[in-house]
Amino acid sequence: MKTIDHAANSKVFNQDEDRVDWHDETLWFIRQKRDKASKQIPQWEALREAASQIKNHTLSNLHNYLEEFELNAKANGIQIHWAKDAQEHNEIVYDLLAKQGISKMVKSKSMLTEECHLNHYLEDRGIEVIDSDLGERIVQLAKEPPSHIVLPCIHKKKEEIGALFHEHLGTPEGNADPQVLTEAARQHLRDVFLTRRAALTGVNFAVAETGEIVVCTNEGNADLGVHLADIHIACMGIEKIIPKRGHLSVFLRLLARSATGQPVTTYSSHFAKPRKGKELHIVLVDNGRTKQLGRPDFRNSLKCIRCSACFNTCPVYRRSGGHSYHSVIAGPIGSILSPNLDMAKHADLPFASTLCGSCSNVCPVKIDIHEQLYKWRQVLVKEGYVDAKKALSMQLMAKTLASPTLYHLAGKAARTTLKYAPFIAQNRFNPWYHQREMPAVPKSSFGEWYQKNRTK
Amino acid sequence: MKVALFVPCYVDQFYPNVAIATLELLEKFGCEVSYPKNQTCCGQPMSNSGFEHLTSGCNKNFVESFKGFDYIVAPSGSCVLHIKEHLHDEEHPSEAEKISKTIYELVSFLTDVLKVEHLEASFPHKVGMHQSCHGQRGLKLSQMTELNAPPFSKPQDLLNLVKDIEMIELDRKDECCGFGGTFCVAEEAVSAKMGVDRVNDHVRHHAEYITGIDMSCLMHLEGILRRQKSKTKIIHIAEILNGRKA
Amino acid sequence: MNSRACILNAVKENQPELLALPDITHLLEVENQDLVAEFTRVIEGIGAKVFQVNKYQEIIHHLKADFETEKVRVVSTLKEFDEIAKPFSGLDNHELADVELMILPTHFAVAENGASWVDDELFKERVLPFIPQHLVFIVEKEKIVPTMHHAYQLIGKKKYSYGTFIAGPSKTADIEQSLVLGAHGPRSLRVFLV
Ligand code: SF4
Repeated sequence: MKTIDHAANSKVFNQDEDRVDWHDETLWFIRQKRDKASKQIPQWEALREAASQIKNHTLSNLHNYLEEFELNAKANGIQIHWAKDAQEHNEIVYDLLAKQGISKMVKSKSMLTEECHLNHYLEDRGIEVIDSDLGERIVQLAKEPPSHIVLPCIHKKKEEIGALFHEHLGTPEGNADPQVLTEAARQHLRDVFLTRRAALTGVNFAVAETGEIVVCTNEGNADLGVHLADIHIACMGIEKIIPKRGHLSVFLRLLARSATGQPVTTYSSHFAKPRKGKELHIVLVDNGRTKQLGRPDFRNSLKCIRCSACFNTCPVYRRSGGHSYHSVIAGPIGSILSPNLDMAKHADLPFASTLCGSCSNVCPVKIDIHEQLYKWRQVLVKEGYVDAKKALSMQLMAKTLASPTLYHLAGKAARTTLKYAPFIAQNRFNPWYHQREMPAVPKSSFGEWYQKNRTK
Repeated sequence: MKVALFVPCYVDQFYPNVAIATLELLEKFGCEVSYPKNQTCCGQPMSNSGFEHLTSGCNKNFVESFKGFDYIVAPSGSCVLHIKEHLHDEEHPSEAEKISKTIYELVSFLTDVLKVEHLEASFPHKVGMHQSCHGQRGLKLSQMTELNAPPFSKPQDLLNLVKDIEMIELDRKDECCGFGGTFCVAEEAVSAKMGVDRVNDHVRHHAEYITGIDMSCLMHLEGILRRQKSKTKIIHIAEILNGRKA
Repeated sequence: MNSRACILNAVKENQPELLALPDITHLLEVENQDLVAEFTRVIEGIGAKVFQVNKYQEIIHHLKADFETEKVRVVSTLKEFDEIAKPFSGLDNHELADVELMILPTHFAVAENGASWVDDELFKERVLPFIPQHLVFIVEKEKIVPTMHHAYQLIGKKKYSYGTFIAGPSKTADIEQSLVLGAHGPRSLRVFLV
């Protein structure tokens, strides 16, 4: 039933312990920067609360806000498209390009287009897409998916990137200096910006009140692409809406600080109208979002502003790498979003967590991530996405724990073999022992001691 | 004050001394402690695996065992949090609710209910505190590093009453140890690596003992320490507070 | 049913009961602080240089020292810089590709994050602050606000077609988290406080 799972992928990742340590330290460093930045803002927790409530409100009135946004955007000369799924989204983008005879496009970061596998779709139809975010360009050259939503190539060491650039961009062999590599990408992409007639961007926020969209980058790649192209296509999930322009203050204060610890991204660009004589298209995409909206336990995952703080803090993510999640969005938030799209494929992800709760407490919009992980587990089991052996052993455990007599019988056996200790019940080969000793076996259980010493 | 002692299954089976220390501590502070002998488990191992719907028998037994006490106390944050969040019994809803409200993890019972301000205990060792996630983030026993909020720590307040103890500072104050219930075997590779990293943080700072409020985390860390043949040991906070000598 | 109706219907059906929109005016309350000092500290922390000057002539003096203004292409929308810069009067903004130094005015700046706000009331070509190798912003000292909340109060309901907050030179840390200034946009930002 399950083809690949997080545990197996993580096992492979953990074969190289030095790399795990490096990955963990790099991301922990970002978590620390986030801590430092958030602690410089006395209103931090009030901001999180405000952001959370604004998003809750928006989701509860999304229907009206979408219409309001459309109305205002259209009045500003923006063309609006609606896509119910990835396929339709890709078709819309393709048609826009095909109509103008455009065969080359530059694209800045958009997790939505990753979710829709837009690049493949367009490439199959003869359209070349170049990702302009440095990290995205690197994974594109390596023919890999991003492993992190903000830092797409965080899993790659600079030597690997150096080798990749040597092969594709002609940098000197063996040079792994980030300064040199970034400069090479700058030269290479500058030409791309200057020659592309179409530019696609993601959307961080869309304001219902004004019909404008906001795109945040550090590199300036979204703006350079768009301002030099004839047609700007912006793709967004329908959950990116916020009610008012003034609410941007709350989200922009939180976003970059949560993501990287910067006070704000270098560029926060507001697009309200197309450039004179040019086109601006916005594609509003559902692709499972309305379904998630209809799941009361999981709907508030749609509040996510894709800051990635939950990735950086997650002790499991840091030690298993983004690719182990085998889904477009990895990390804690990916583990609660992905099962909505395909339960069978992502049934393992809600289990890839200790439920430590760190994610929910760094989340700038206060998504109860770890509680949703717990709830997804219940749903997945009920829907039958768990292997039969495990289900059987759980039934056995349920019976044992419901009956003091059975429990006391099992306990004796457990102490000598650990076999029925609840936390490892379903395992015959006892992976506990692989890297850990068993607890020493005491002479008697507490129950027995109590019987002997305290019952008169 | 009538207090029922809830001893989580693995503590009962593997760490009886922790339960004994808990019992003795409560008695020292004048509690009338009973140990309902038909208790089994809080049901968390099933629930966290996605089988909460199978826990009704376990819940029923829990309510049956623990109704009618002023308080229920357990030396484990994780089990207590689970009862608080998930215990329900359709036949005895009010009893289940009362239990959820009156169940305490040992440390917070000592600080919040008994308001302990003095202890006869000395522990002349370097000790590292492991913040178990369910105790810290779930039961709010101490402030987590994620929030921009004033620091506090109930376990530390109690350890401050112990003579001669020397607490060490960690690089990562409250990172998860990777136990995670069935996670510890289902995700063995990551779980063990998390445990190793946690242990190394303590060892690097010369801890002779790692203490904490949750025996499950400590059992996991102990498994790693013993595999490494480390000199560092684990000890449940109840044993330190109860005046155990090393 | 077309996709638009499909999606809107599904949203309507699945969205929860209406929840209240919070009041965020309390976030406008901030402690009194030296805004110029805070702005300077923050923006220098993210890789820009700040100069306090009294006259435009001082700025020209600075720039002449740092750049070979005679030899490289310098563009500005401000006539105060006619001595070293030319306005852009071309038809195609691709012609800006070789600009070395761009000198631009700003509407206001934000102390807490070092960002300056510019919109197309100031200049029509959106690409101006993005395309040069080096960027210069002129910020009026009195126009520094404490936080983003104050910033959006100033922007209000203004009808721009494009506007952006810019905080520092373009940058990336995508390669092993090593910070490199000058990703695709300007390699440096100089802010002159007047
Ligand atoms: S779930 Fe929260 S913390 Fe994670 S990416 Fe989304 S907004 Fe950020």
